[in-house]
Amino acid sequence: MIQQFIFYLFSAMAIATAAMVIISKSPVRAALFLVVTFIASAGLWILLQAEFLGLVLILVYVGAVMTLFLFVVMMLDMDGIELRSGFVQYLPFALIVLSVMLAFIILAVWHTSFGLGHANPSKETAAYNNIALLGSVLYTQYAYPFVLAGALLLLAIIAAISLTFRGTRNAKKQRVEWQVSVRAQDRLYKTSMKNEKRL
Amino acid sequence: MIPLTHYLIVGAALFSLSLAGIVINRKNLIILLMCIELMLLAVNMNFIAFASFLDNIAGEVFVFFILTVAAAEAAIGLAILMVLYRNRHTINVEDLDLLKG
Amino acid sequence: MNLSAQQLSFIVILAPLLGSLFTGFLGKALGTKASHRIAVTGLGIAFIAALFLCHAITFGNTPPRSFNIYTWALSGTFQFNIGFTLDSLSTIMAVLVTFISFLVHIYSIGYMAGDPGYQRFFSYISLFTFAMLLLVLSNNFLQLFIGWEGVGLVSYLLIGFWFKRDSANAGSFKAFIVNRIGDFGFLLGIALVLAYFGTLNYEQVFAEIPVLANATIRLFPGTDWSLITVICILLFIGAMGKSAQMPLHVWLPESMEGPTPISALIHAATMVTAGIFMICRMSPLYEHSPTALSVVLVVGATGALFTGLIGIVQYDIKRVVAYSTLSQLGYMVAGLGASAYSASLFHLATHACFKALLFLGAGSVIMGMHHDQDMRNMGGLRRYMPITYTTFLIGSLALAAIPPFAGYYSKDAIIEAIGLTQIPGATYAYICVLLGAFVTALYTFRAFFLVFHTQERMDEHTREHLHESPSVVWLPLVCLAVPSIVLGFLFIKPMLYTEPGLLGSSVITLPAYDVLSKMAEEYHGIAAATWQGLLGAPFWLSVFGIFCAWYAYQKAPETPAKLARRFSIFYRILVNKYGFDDFNQTVIVRSVRNLSSWFYFIVDTKCIDNYVVNGTGRMISFLSRLTRQAQTGYLYHYAFVMILGVLIFLCWLMI
Repeated sequence: MIQQFIFYLFSAMAIATAAMVIISKSPVRAALFLVVTFIASAGLWILLQAEFLGLVLILVYVGAVMTLFLFVVMMLDMDGIELRSGFVQYLPFALIVLSVMLAFIILAVWHTSFGLGHANPSKETAAYNNIALLGSVLYTQYAYPFVLAGALLLLAIIAAISLTFRGTRNAKKQRVEWQVSVRAQDRLYKTSMKNEKRL
Repeated sequence: MIPLTHYLIVGAALFSLSLAGIVINRKNLIILLMCIELMLLAVNMNFIAFASFLDNIAGEVFVFFILTVAAAEAAIGLAILMVLYRNRHTINVEDLDLLKG
Repeated sequence: MNLSAQQLSFIVILAPLLGSLFTGFLGKALGTKASHRIAVTGLGIAFIAALFLCHAITFGNTPPRSFNIYTWALSGTFQFNIGFTLDSLSTIMAVLVTFISFLVHIYSIGYMAGDPGYQRFFSYISLFTFAMLLLVLSNNFLQLFIGWEGVGLVSYLLIGFWFKRDSANAGSFKAFIVNRIGDFGFLLGIALVLAYFGTLNYEQVFAEIPVLANATIRLFPGTDWSLITVICILLFIGAMGKSAQMPLHVWLPESMEGPTPISALIHAATMVTAGIFMICRMSPLYEHSPTALSVVLVVGATGALFTGLIGIVQYDIKRVVAYSTLSQLGYMVAGLGASAYSASLFHLATHACFKALLFLGAGSVIMGMHHDQDMRNMGGLRRYMPITYTTFLIGSLALAAIPPFAGYYSKDAIIEAIGLTQIPGATYAYICVLLGAFVTALYTFRAFFLVFHTQERMDEHTREHLHESPSVVWLPLVCLAVPSIVLGFLFIKPMLYTEPGLLGSSVITLPAYDVLSKMAEEYHGIAAATWQGLLGAPFWLSVFGIFCAWYAYQKAPETPAKLARRFSIFYRILVNKYGFDDFNQTVIVRSVRNLSSWFYFIVDTKCIDNYVVNGTGRMISFLSRLTRQAQTGYLYHYAFVMILGVLIFLCWLMI
């Protein structure tokens, strides 16, 4: 009973905040609503006995990705940007897409049980350790994909830095091309001065 | 007990909302990126539900990788957004029509 | 030196090629002297090797052979080889070709001296020799065709050698295009051979002839033609082009725009005889088709008489000799038609010598006259150019068939053979060649008297510089004069009247047509033959021709003009060369031009360029304009299309 309550509470929260994300006026608010969506989703995941992923979602998304979003939103100068024009104009369109998509998926999943019937997930004992289970396959069966994922993250870091890095200003650097192409007259020049006859 | 279908419908609702968000949002690239994050969340929801109901850890491993890719995507997407804003002083989606034929 | 026949044949064919390549590609670096030395050495080696080869095959014990050296292409069951036939026919031709070519090389050292294209010239004539040898020594139709086209190409290049002259370019085009017509027939003939015999190798084809002798082919609905006849006539069309038989003879007089050594080598002695050689080679085929033999006989005889007649009214010394070449080629072809292959080949050999002699003599005269070729400006050259005069006289006597000069024996044999043959058209042909004997003597000695006797008509400046040509020029003349005298009585017996003859098994004559063996029965030694000739009609006709020439141009120079006025219609017909050129110009060229312009303006410009080429472009740019509308560049449009795609995919999944 308590599970149903939690489920519907978190589901409602997730859907409602997701709706707020797409209709809120300022990006900051949208980002904050998205944070709530993530937290609610994490609750749902924990309900599904995926404790580790639920926590990771909060740590990585709420802690890192959304923070990054907020940083970017604040770094960009959003004042001059008209945010919501054409909202009403496209709303019917969005509603059509929303309803059709939703209808389709619900139609698709409503009457099928995917061969499971209404069987519940097996009840785990208190000794069940989601993180240990995940780790045991991640480091054995999925070792290569795991390493690749790490490499991908490293790549993302390098890419993000190299895209946004503008170079240090006022740094004293050795310019090899200037050194190579230097000519004598760049270094030394003769000048004729007036004879100072009358000292 | 909560049936699998309910989880799937939650996922579907999140997915449809993010789609609608992409359609409705023509001004701000950042919200577009957020919608994409939301879409990935919806997909993850389905994965975890199935993993739990089928008692198969592979689904959760997949979600793990999706989270990784999504984090990388968000980082690079935001970096591109920064560069874009720096060069064109706008993140208005309607102004970004360089690909027009 | 104990080289095998095979090695010798390689030397024969490769020496000129190497000479050509060296002079052609390195000519500028080598300079004139080294160039002509290389070319002449190459030809000399080839000539000596050919002599050895001919000695071994024709006179020695070495059996004739045919071998492949290289498989060029394999296609299904067809095999295309490069290979050689070494038998008496091919080796005699090889000796002839290399001999004349060698002398012409030497002659050219003098004649072409100072020409800016000196090395190019030597490269061309060496290349020509190579192509001609390839043709002659071939053992299959394809290689024959390669050589055939090779000599045609070099002929084109050499007629247009002085490419700054418009007339030379026009002449080379004419030669090339007229030859194309003949070659088209030739190629069709080869294709028929390949289609029906399944091979292009001579030996295999000839072995198959009895099987296919009665085969027929349906050219048009309702008409059945003998296969062999069709092949023979198609091949003969090729020979008509190359050997300048009526009506494809029009290119040969124009080819005189080339340098004179070329006229001697290519357009008198060797290339134009390729057709004769080819028919000799194909004698097993022709023997099985009386129709084709008749056609050959009539065409040849017609050419022998009527082209000779044109020679009477020409004033350009080279053109006179050119028309005499046409006429003599007519004799040879007519001889082939009468199945007297040996006689024709004999005449080919003697004619090669004395016609090359006449051309080179004419070239010597032209050099002396500072490249003036009009006989009306000559006269009395006997005093200034004694060696040229003597050799030219020998050549003329040989051409006019006066015993004991070479031309007499060979030509008389042909006339006699035509008189004896029984195939349809023989009577007409006999009358033609008999009258031809008179005409030959007439135009030959007309030219002779106009050039060397009669009063001097050249201007002062030319007269002052008139002198005998240098030794490189007159030496070949002397070298050619010797065979022009002796070749006839030395070789008439082994060539024609011995069984087996010099040609041995390379030519085949069916007993029904074998006129030469009939003639051999009446042959009683050289002295008797010569004596008999003195009593025959051809000899007296020739003598009468010489007399007429003497009377009309030496004794009473006003006679020709009077005759021209009297018979002005005939005169005009002759001057217009029976209107072949006019006919070609007005009917063929104009219709082709109209057709071409129709194709150009209507088909090419309007249809192809407008609709196909530009239309494609227009269609693409039109479609591009349409599809460009879809490329808005807006992210949400793309996203929307993607969503639409997802929806459609879902629909499809659920249904």
